[in-house]
Amino acid sequence: MFDNFLNLYHGFGIAADPFNILLMVIGILLGVIIGVLPGLGGANGVAILLPLTFSMSPTSAIILLSCIYWGALFGGAITSVLFNIPGEPWSVATTFDGHPMARSGRAGEALTAAFTSSFVGAFFAIIMITLIAPLVAQFALQFGPAEKFAVYFLAFASFVGMSKEPPAKTVVSMMIGFALACVGLDMVTGQLRLTFGFTELLNGFDFLIAVIGLFGIGEILLTMEEGLEFRGKAAKIDPKVVWKTWKTLPRFWVTSLRSCIIGCWMGITPAGATPASFMSYGIAKRVSKNGKNFGNGEIEGVVAPETAAHAAGTSALLPMLALGVPGSPTAAVLLGGLLIWGLQPGPMLFVEQSEFVWGLIASMYLGNVVGLALVLTTVPLFAAILRIPFSIIAPVILVICAIGAYTVNNNVFDVLMMMVFGVLGYLLKKTNYPLAPLVLAIVLGPSAEEAFRQSLLTSGGSVTIFWSNPLVSTIMGLGLLAGLWPLVSLLLAKLRTTPQPA
Amino acid sequence: MKHLQAFGLGAVTALGMTAMSMLPAAAAWQPTRPVEFIVPAGTGGGADQMARTLQGIIAKHDLMPTQLVVINKSGGAGGEGFLDVKSSKGNPHKIVITLSNLFTTPLATGIPFNWKDLTPVAMLALDEFVLWVNAQEPYKTVQEYVDAIKAKPDGTFKMGGTGSKQEDQIITVAFQKAVGKKLTYIPYKGGGEVAVQLVGGHINSSVNNPIEAVSQWRGDKLRPLCVFDEKQLPYTDKILGDQSWSSIPTCKSAGVDVEYLMLRGIFMPPGVSDEQVAYFVDVFKKVRETPEWKQLMKDGAFNQSFMAGDEFKAWIEQAEANHKDLMQEAGFIAGN
Amino acid sequence: MEQAHQGAGGGGPKQRAVELGTALLTLLFGFIVVYGSLRVGAGWDGGPQAGFFPFYVGLIIIGCSVLNLVSAYREDPVALFAEYSQLGQVLKVLVPSCIYVALVPALGIYVPSILLIFVFMVWLGKYGIPLSLAVAFGVPIFFYITLERWFLIPLPKGPVEALLGL
Repeated sequence: MFDNFLNLYHGFGIAADPFNILLMVIGILLGVIIGVLPGLGGANGVAILLPLTFSMSPTSAIILLSCIYWGALFGGAITSVLFNIPGEPWSVATTFDGHPMARSGRAGEALTAAFTSSFVGAFFAIIMITLIAPLVAQFALQFGPAEKFAVYFLAFASFVGMSKEPPAKTVVSMMIGFALACVGLDMVTGQLRLTFGFTELLNGFDFLIAVIGLFGIGEILLTMEEGLEFRGKAAKIDPKVVWKTWKTLPRFWVTSLRSCIIGCWMGITPAGATPASFMSYGIAKRVSKNGKNFGNGEIEGVVAPETAAHAAGTSALLPMLALGVPGSPTAAVLLGGLLIWGLQPGPMLFVEQSEFVWGLIASMYLGNVVGLALVLTTVPLFAAILRIPFSIIAPVILVICAIGAYTVNNNVFDVLMMMVFGVLGYLLKKTNYPLAPLVLAIVLGPSAEEAFRQSLLTSGGSVTIFWSNPLVSTIMGLGLLAGLWPLVSLLLAKLRTTPQPA
Repeated sequence: MKHLQAFGLGAVTALGMTAMSMLPAAAAWQPTRPVEFIVPAGTGGGADQMARTLQGIIAKHDLMPTQLVVINKSGGAGGEGFLDVKSSKGNPHKIVITLSNLFTTPLATGIPFNWKDLTPVAMLALDEFVLWVNAQEPYKTVQEYVDAIKAKPDGTFKMGGTGSKQEDQIITVAFQKAVGKKLTYIPYKGGGEVAVQLVGGHINSSVNNPIEAVSQWRGDKLRPLCVFDEKQLPYTDKILGDQSWSSIPTCKSAGVDVEYLMLRGIFMPPGVSDEQVAYFVDVFKKVRETPEWKQLMKDGAFNQSFMAGDEFKAWIEQAEANHKDLMQEAGFIAGN
Repeated sequence: MEQAHQGAGGGGPKQRAVELGTALLTLLFGFIVVYGSLRVGAGWDGGPQAGFFPFYVGLIIIGCSVLNLVSAYREDPVALFAEYSQLGQVLKVLVPSCIYVALVPALGIYVPSILLIFVFMVWLGKYGIPLSLAVAFGVPIFFYITLERWFLIPLPKGPVEALLGL
């Protein structure tokens, strides 16, 4: 443990080099831009800039690229809050309360809360990496297909059963998501399914296309119904909004802590930032005393998913370094980078390249501080975007959506699909079908099915594998508990109100 | 933003100076627009890594007058990328890197394309496959592992691999045939994941490419048993103790007669001129001379065969026939 | 919300009719999914086949769609989905957007974007031509520079770009 601190101290010496600090600032700014442009996610951004780093030292290169990653994590929240368009999968849950806040003129607050929570989540994860990196790497090794499925099951269970909409509509919505997620190549059998011979459908329905359409385009159509004049309340540009919001945030320390833990766990296992954000939002909604108001612009509903997403996004780098298995698509690209710079990620990296590893960890501390400072200064600026009249911003958003949809897979057909999803989003929203379960199913469906079927292959078709060891049983148990929670709490409430027999 | 560009340019010019001697002699045809480099696989995989390394090397040494832009089109086991190239008839500003899915995808899924729809440019390298087990297992040689498999009923041992009905599973089926016992094949998304599942003891063995598992070997978590090639690997740098790539025996020598190599080659759309093909062959010949490329070859223990023209075409034809036989035998050919 | 508009003048499609339509749509979708799953095999062959999960997912969609149909049928037959004037507003965005999206495959993304922003600002926003032109050209040019030049991400291009040699 003491060695770790000594190493970290040396690491700071490396990371605090002026050239590296400059790279951090550049990286964060680029990352924010990448995060804001929908479709151009962190993974793409890092992949595109990777070749530029070949001429740098590996430490500088990874500082630049990981800062792009932090920046993209920060930036993803911006479009979610302002336009209801999540720039990244893990920002979807941020739209649930972030966008309603923006519509009621509290965009500045929502952005401040989002950025600050991101920072808290990331910082928690970095501290964890510093202290218990080797232990954590061991924990990640325990996760085979069955354990992974249990985690996805838990993520679903903690999120469903909480919508106000009629159950049959919620189920239809979620099942449509699952069905869309099945389209394309079946990973386990290598067969094409539900493509009906259309080569356009080979790629299936990417989650981002669905989200850009359902949320982004759908939102514009809904807004139009109210007429062109209507456009939320324009946010007042108030530089003090940051301080004011900060004063309210410590109240949510329990939510933050819980979200940090969920995030770190999901990042390491590696399930990733997206289930972490959904799970954290779902649990916060159930546990919080403001839970009923979630979805109408509750600040806690921004804190929970953002904290978890960043804790997950940051801790996802650990299994990549220590095991060579990427916890997120962006980590996968960074992994490619390590190989190209001649570094072999894996168990020996911490021993053989300790200067590189601790330089990187130190840069995570510095990079996140620099990042928070940078993005907070942009809050009033971004909040001001909502003051642009709707008849200018609407076509621009449409163009951005189209570009975003195209860049996901470089496919023009996706732009058409986005429009179909937009109309569908409008229709479903107006007829009280919840959209969140649909999106959750598209995101997690493929991974969950894959893990389930890998587990069954392993066990030769027996479902007892999901109860075969203490770890998987515990997670499945938690999942069942979370799924049945609405029933349990109903029973508890009944018990309390029933007069005790004398 | 400007900083970065200036910075990038600076780096390129600085290194460009040293690379001056390698500048292309004025070729008859040169690209006039950015060249799209299609990767028929997802970001982060082996083909993607190689494509992005190529992009970096070409930019760093100024080997092309315009930029090379990497685009991933991974839908339908890469079918999406190949269809895109197939439909770009006569477009010289597009190249595609292939892996074995050039042969396996149309056979397994029925997606309508064939390598004959594309114009072969060059073979860059061949990727090796190695049989790995967890280092804590008692098996020190293939023979011991095979004996253990034979001693148990069918399907007891689990083999992990990348994708379904693709190279890893083809090798597994060939391996089963050589051993005479069935293994349970479990498909995963990426090679890195397979290696970690093997370290975690969730599967018994894998057929990872060298680069996917070398770090786990160095950390004494995995043990290579044999290489699926006709001769031992040439790389003698020490990796763990006094072991190197060259000390791994061939599977054939150990009585498991399975050989498989994966093509890392470059193709262009149909209908491009010989001149245009020659240009890219020339570019990739220059790439092969760069120190970065040599390093990549060494790190990944690649088989450095280079082919172009008729020799390459003949090789592909042979490889396609092999894949067809192997997949036919394994029952992997799409029914419709 | 729909009830609030009721009687505020102007008719519109009924909420019930739209609900029924949506339920029929999901029902149809369910059947397509079931059919598609059966085509690739929905059984259990030493483990689930490719169509196993989508098959049951499709069945659930069909079942729940029928439930939704029934409950939609029982809904208030008077409540409005939206007024025609409101739908008109929606169509004003929807129609240009659909034309825009339809033009992208043929013309690339830049030319339709310029047209969309320009038409939208002049027709719906009642802005002057100079400002509209500035925004209409400014936004695509911004994206051209950031995406294509800096990030090297090619966007779809059409004959006009080819003519300009971009």
